[in-house]
Amino acid sequence: MNQAQTHPAPTAGPLDVESVRSDFPTLHQTVNGRPLVYLDSGASAQKPELVIDAMQAYERQDHANVHRGVHTLSQRATDAFEGAREKVCRFLNAGSVREIVFTRGTTEAINLVAQSYGRTRLGPSDDVLVSEMEHHANIVPWQLLCEQTGATLKVVPFDDNGELLMAKFEELLSSRTRIVAITHVSNTLGTVNPVKQIVRMTHATGAVVLIDGAQAVPHNAIDLQALDCDFYAFSGHKLYGPTGMGVLYGKEALLDAMPPWQGGGDMIKTVRFSGTTYNDLPYKFEAGTPHIAGAIGLGAAIDYVSKLGMDRIEAHVRELLDYATARAAEVSGMRVFGNVPGKASILSFELQGIHAHDLGTILDHEGVAIRTGHHCAMPVMEHYAVPATARATFALYNTVAEIDSLYAAIDKAREIFRT
Amino acid sequence: MSDLRDLYQEVIFDHNRSPRNYGELAPSNRRAEGYNPLCGDHVIVVLRLNDDGVIEDVRFKGRGCAISTASASIMTETVKGLTVEQADEYFEAFHRLALGGDPEAGLELTKLEALSGVRDYPSRVKCATLAWHTVRSALHGTGETATTE
Repeated sequence: MNQAQTHPAPTAGPLDVESVRSDFPTLHQTVNGRPLVYLDSGASAQKPELVIDAMQAYERQDHANVHRGVHTLSQRATDAFEGAREKVCRFLNAGSVREIVFTRGTTEAINLVAQSYGRTRLGPSDDVLVSEMEHHANIVPWQLLCEQTGATLKVVPFDDNGELLMAKFEELLSSRTRIVAITHVSNTLGTVNPVKQIVRMTHATGAVVLIDGAQAVPHNAIDLQALDCDFYAFSGHKLYGPTGMGVLYGKEALLDAMPPWQGGGDMIKTVRFSGTTYNDLPYKFEAGTPHIAGAIGLGAAIDYVSKLGMDRIEAHVRELLDYATARAAEVSGMRVFGNVPGKASILSFELQGIHAHDLGTILDHEGVAIRTGHHCAMPVMEHYAVPATARATFALYNTVAEIDSLYAAIDKAREIFRT
Repeated sequence: MSDLRDLYQEVIFDHNRSPRNYGELAPSNRRAEGYNPLCGDHVIVVLRLNDDGVIEDVRFKGRGCAISTASASIMTETVKGLTVEQADEYFEAFHRLALGGDPEAGLELTKLEALSGVRDYPSRVKCATLAWHTVRSALHGTGETATTE
């Protein structure tokens, strides 16, 4: 995806990871007497100082409500808040800031589309398509919608490598299909789905596509103009920004035609008991006082990754993943879930004879933080008939030496369990 | 820093590798399922309660981490031959033990103490208590899936 022209030119050459690490205060600590090795950025990434500072500066100097007062602080808060929206718009190469709705996260963004777009349009003769590799956040809102409207939820399976079965997708896609909701990058398998092709095929049937970009946005540059999807959702905290902050992108014509989702202040133009008129986009979907510091933090996070360059970040984490994958092959009894070429920097695995939770505890003892469990993707666990997996995710601040620490800790676990 | 060996005592590995009272039980008259949605740990406890309210026999099966498997195994050894009331007392005592409280005087807790290491690992307490919640659910016949929530 060609996104470079919309960002400040990043520095050339590979990422200087030591310099990057010095930007992240949380990384510099010991856990259980060992240097912290944080390999759980897929669940939530750490924040660079610049993000923390931007949020604090707002709270300390500029805090006031947005879009309301005529006073100076309110104007500053509004400028910073709307400035963040412009950054998101440029970062994703969206058409206009009217297409950028701030939400609490990816989950809320998907629920918004399910309820506002789906509930008014779907009926018993309609289908919603999701994939078997979705995060629960891209399953349950559609299940709720189907219960409410009588529509049918259909599931596109993946093969044992973790690759979406496009032939099955084509088979399930029909004139009944109204919405296709699919993840850009699987949070468990790392699979990067052929979303462009999915959008093209779906549009040919007249249905709309929502893409869950929670894992993709931190991983590679997104160009919404090229992608042409109808809705795109992501979260701030996986992009080195704050929690409680997310984005829904929607094509302007679609958002315009959709009814409000929540009612309240900020989303109205006039309120009378005889009738209320709603505000323009994107405010129609932003009822109540928003997470102002969150938006500012997200804007700062976008500045940060843009300056480093998404292409360089992607190259760096790919190197880490390749190294970690090669080392995994040397560990007897280690099974990796998700082997699709070009996958994102997510390594899900199990060790024969050691349950993921025992492994997680032992690794933590060695200072290594990984995710263990079902990763909010229970259908994926079911696919492989495992109760849980261990998952290491590699981010822009991780190093090859940290992957060595991961494998040293895995050796320790195997020694303790004598596998 | 607590020692990992306090959590993973040899007894735990022993029960994890060769769980006692594992499998189905026939005839049986009480059954409950336990599920920890956070971890995906899953356990089924079946038992035979006689007319005097004594647990004549008990089995468990399921999938979980070493802590939850060992705890289920030790639980079955503990409650076999107890009355419902006695099993309830052990449930309470074990809960206190897992949370770092004082164990109950007068109860034989030697085996259960192998699991007391979880007190230093708050995220693992539920692994240890799942089987106990499940046996309680089986004994009191609520019929609902037991959770540690």
